[in-house]
Amino acid sequence: MSTAVITGIGVAAPNGAGTENFWAATLRGESGIGLVRRFDTRGYPARLGGEINDFDPAEHLPRRLLPQTDRMTQLALAASAWALADAGVQPGTYDPGETGVAMAGAFGGFEYGQRELENLWCSGPERVSVYMSFAWFYAVNTGQLSIRHAMRGPAGVVVGDQAGGLDAVAQARRNIRKGAQLMLAGGFDSSFCPYGWVARISDGALSTAEDPRTAYLPFDLRAQGQVPGEGGAVLVVEEAAAARRRGAQIYGEIAGYAATFDATVRHGGERGLGRAVEAALADAGVTAREIGVVFADGSGRPADDRAEAETIADVFGPQGVPVTVPKTMTGRMNSGGAPADLAGALLAMRDGLIPPTVNVQTVAPGTRLDLVTDVPRPWRPGPALVLARGRGGFNSAMVLRPGAAAPGRTGAAGVTGREAPTRSGGNPS
Amino acid sequence: MKQMTLSALEQIMHTCAGEDESTDSFQQAPERAFADLGYDSLALLETQSVIRREYGVDLSEQALSAAETPQQLVDLVNRWLSAA
Repeated sequence: MSTAVITGIGVAAPNGAGTENFWAATLRGESGIGLVRRFDTRGYPARLGGEINDFDPAEHLPRRLLPQTDRMTQLALAASAWALADAGVQPGTYDPGETGVAMAGAFGGFEYGQRELENLWCSGPERVSVYMSFAWFYAVNTGQLSIRHAMRGPAGVVVGDQAGGLDAVAQARRNIRKGAQLMLAGGFDSSFCPYGWVARISDGALSTAEDPRTAYLPFDLRAQGQVPGEGGAVLVVEEAAAARRRGAQIYGEIAGYAATFDATVRHGGERGLGRAVEAALADAGVTAREIGVVFADGSGRPADDRAEAETIADVFGPQGVPVTVPKTMTGRMNSGGAPADLAGALLAMRDGLIPPTVNVQTVAPGTRLDLVTDVPRPWRPGPALVLARGRGGFNSAMVLRPGAAAPGRTGAAGVTGREAPTRSGGNPS
Repeated sequence: MKQMTLSALEQIMHTCAGEDESTDSFQQAPERAFADLGYDSLALLETQSVIRREYGVDLSEQALSAAETPQQLVDLVNRWLSAA
């Protein structure tokens, strides 16, 4: 079976647009959470969010694409170009039919949709843009990326809120195993508009705190809910042998994945995160002892946090593995959150630094976690586990294994390839 | 009587579908196909809707699809305006 490796990363997040901007801010512990300015939030019970302020779509996209795209698509298009440039992939590197796209979406383009619905009701149907036909739709990012980069092979979309971001990358691995050579995979959400905001508020999950430093505190004694963020990440997922043949840098391998659902209350309400973790480890062929870091879902809702902390302590033992939630610096980006965590895990492997969880001071009683707080923690890179849960009972878990050093690359990444306590990523295909 | 010019059509289509820095202007290439100028069928549908609104010209989809270049579309609109 062929191996799927990651050779390029593109991130657009509230604390940094552009992969290295995001990563540098994340290591500095710099948060992008603040009072939302995109629309007037006065009168709403929750007013904080993670907005991307250093991104002007006109600087990154052909103008022809601007009238037909929602912000989440503009972010995805820009980040996909960054990821392909990072991977050193040019048009012609692969046959278009061997390349594809698997993106997750949670909301779709609500901001675009709200504007066109306002046009409909205020000015009449002839004032609604024809591009409304697809711009609002959560499948649109896969389509636009496919068109933009001439990737004419497998194209898929998954919707599973936060968990969907891992499911999309798993879908890319599935397509690689079926013969695709390269996939773009990840997720982006925004919907920072009244429509998207009210939808989130109705869920009852948002923090009403007014101080950005105390609004989103996963696992903390003071945790009281979530803060939304906009953005996400897209990864270049490539067939390992093909990537090596062209001398690509290899950040890491998608080694294991599993997805489960929580049982409904009628069926006992059992949570499925633990089963997802065990199955993802088994799929990767690694033991809990070999995992070097866990990027937790970090809900910020006390009951969810408790359940996740118990699951991690059950599998890894009390304080048994470093755990981090860099989402504390971005807010929860829905389908974009987990892909940004995958990017964070791969960059943590590259640089030998686990990014911190910020603002969390005192963990809730009974939280038996070794939480990496305030500043990055050096580690000897090994396999990483990324967790994501979505509204409605979705649980997904993914194991990444560090890549071998790419030709010509030195430093931390080179050390990683030799010392990682696992077999190297060079599985036969 | 109000008539449509090539640059007025171009302005409409920029608003509808966005500018494209890489293609010729309508003045430079009045007889190039819309497809070659980077406009797809949705851009033309959007343009049809603006022309109806701003010029009161209600082009059928058949008439619209017969106009393949900026000059042909301008001529079509102006024939309609002259006949009105």
